Amino acid sequence: MNNKPLALKILDLISIVLLLAATYLSIFVAPMERVMGNVQRVFYFHVGTAWVALIGFIFTAALSVIYLTTKNLKWDRIQVAAVEVSVVFFLITIILGSIWARPAWNTWWTWDPRLTTAAVVELVYIAYFMLRQGLDDPNKRANFSAIYALIGGLSAPITFFSIRLFRTIHPVVIAGTNAEAEGSFSMSGGMLQAFFFALFAFTVIFIDLFWNRIRLGEAQAKVEEMKINAAY
Amino acid sequence: MATKASHPNSLSKKEAAVGGYFKAISAIVWKDLRAEFRSWELISAMLVFSLLAILIFNFALELDVKTRQSVTAGVLWATFAFAGTLGLNRSMSIEKDRGCLDGLLLAPVDRSAIYFGKFFSNLAFMLIVEAIVLPVYSVLYNTNLFHPGLIAVILLGSIGYTSVGTLLAAMSVQTRTRDVLLPILLFPVAFAVLLSAVKASGGFLNGADFAEISFPINLLIVYDIIFIAISFMLFDAVVEE
Amino acid sequence: MIVVKKLVKRFGLKTVLRGVDFAVQPGEFVALLGPNGAGKTTFLRILAALSRPTLGEVRIAGYKLPDEAAQVRARLGVVSHLSLLYNDLTAEENLRFYARMYNVENSSARIAAVLAMIGLEARRRDLVRTYSRGMQQRLAIGRAVLHDPQIMLLDEPYTGLDQDASSMLDAALKAVAAEGRTIVMTSHDLARAEELAARFDILSRGIIVASATRKQIKKNNLLSFYKQALAD
Repeated sequence: MNNKPLALKILDLISIVLLLAATYLSIFVAPMERVMGNVQRVFYFHVGTAWVALIGFIFTAALSVIYLTTKNLKWDRIQVAAVEVSVVFFLITIILGSIWARPAWNTWWTWDPRLTTAAVVELVYIAYFMLRQGLDDPNKRANFSAIYALIGGLSAPITFFSIRLFRTIHPVVIAGTNAEAEGSFSMSGGMLQAFFFALFAFTVIFIDLFWNRIRLGEAQAKVEEMKINAAY
Repeated sequence: MATKASHPNSLSKKEAAVGGYFKAISAIVWKDLRAEFRSWELISAMLVFSLLAILIFNFALELDVKTRQSVTAGVLWATFAFAGTLGLNRSMSIEKDRGCLDGLLLAPVDRSAIYFGKFFSNLAFMLIVEAIVLPVYSVLYNTNLFHPGLIAVILLGSIGYTSVGTLLAAMSVQTRTRDVLLPILLFPVAFAVLLSAVKASGGFLNGADFAEISFPINLLIVYDIIFIAISFMLFDAVVEE
Repeated sequence: MIVVKKLVKRFGLKTVLRGVDFAVQPGEFVALLGPNGAGKTTFLRILAALSRPTLGEVRIAGYKLPDEAAQVRARLGVVSHLSLLYNDLTAEENLRFYARMYNVENSSARIAAVLAMIGLEARRRDLVRTYSRGMQQRLAIGRAVLHDPQIMLLDEPYTGLDQDASSMLDAALKAVAAEGRTIVMTSHDLARAEELAARFDILSRGIIVASATRKQIKKNNLLSFYKQALAD
């Protein structure tokens, strides 16, 4: 295995700095929200992690198509990395959302379309890992994973619409308004600053983790190859 | 070295291929139904499971007249979904056990014909079970479930559920954890079908306006089309090596 | 009839076939011998168009695999150690099903002829479930010759058969061979192979290490030839 490239080492450092800076901005710099108070501050990380996780899931579906057309195992390794990092970020999104929902909606959890879709999507990608677990042949594993990730990716928007059959109370902060939404707020300048900085920070952190995870996948593949060659 | 057989008329060759395609689909359905009507092992398992599920729901939810009105659709679809995975799993295991899946793949037909054959068999099994469960439920709870709208919803819902279920069952039987994996793979991606079907069925049973029912029905149709198309395209990748 | 050049098959990083060159003339009966794990089954699955070659060229009856798989499949009959039969159908129903899958013309007459050839006419209405292992294997051969294929691929057809069943299978295979078909059979049972085949190829660790015709091997010398080939 090659040593870690310098660019990645630098990116690791930048990620840590950005994470600290984003934390500082959202906790100490951004102004306090009038109605909800300090708990609103989790919002910056909530949206930041959700943003990268969703981009990651869309990317995953695209990787499925790329793998299924090229059948090159490299894309499978990249897909696993994307799913793994996205699943973790999405779990953080859900937990932070829950922490915010307790004071805002007076409940940890509610079966609102976004929350339910989030839970179902998270389950799709947990199932993705269980599917991988049951397969030994790397080609078949890559094939099935790509197919399942594609089906999961396609079902997510339909799932969202199907839950829309019931009303939503999730606030829409950036675009559009929802009269029934509870706990919505508009952002002032200082909030916007913290918000966009968090988006930027998590994008960089995601790329850093993603890169590290791909390298790990390649190392795993190499170990597997060495084991096989040793057997001959 | 043998020479290629010449085909003087390419049109008739194409027609023969199309004929062979539908012949293969119908052969698979014929074979599955024939074996099933002899052994009844798949349908009877699904049926007994369904009746037990309804029995458990009855006491777990205390299905008195009032609650029944609001939860009948949910109880029915939860039952169909769980019974459905039993059937899908079994139907694919039969192909895997004696190498029959290889037997199907060796035939000179497009792989998607095998998918559609299994899809129609699985759909038939599911509809047969539903056709027995519905009147039984009607008798047990003295409610009339014979609403043409409800039957249409059951058909649409079953098509969507079976279309993606057949594809995923073909994958899950090839894994080490084949007995437990199918519902885990299927339920999160079939969530939309089950939810829309519950909403539409409930709407018909409670006499809601059509405006309220049309959205979930449209969603079911969209889901059916998308997932039949995607399964058609991906089945090849599920069975290739 | 069969031409294979530099065939490589990898499962992920594991290379099962590493450059197999193989050719069979029309009407030839070739036994493919070798220890477990040599790649015999994988090789046969590639010839049967069930598995895709990673590298190399495979031509069967003039058609290239995997591009012209449909034409190849129509000309192939495959018998494996699994029966490929449905337990809850009768012998006749199994054959009728496969006749439809292969689009066999005049199928009733063909089914009757096949049942006569494998000696199962009397029990054609019985469920396959009630058949002995040997009868199932004879029916499996019947299934494979139903569409009158030019080429037969037999993968360990003797697995799990007792002495009587084996000799009945011998008779059935000889009848099949007598019709001028090209046959490739894998086996680790040297005595059976010696009885049937005209040529013996030995596959070890993913390559063909030796090949000899019946004439080149003196009577009852297959075992020493086999041992010699594996030792080299």
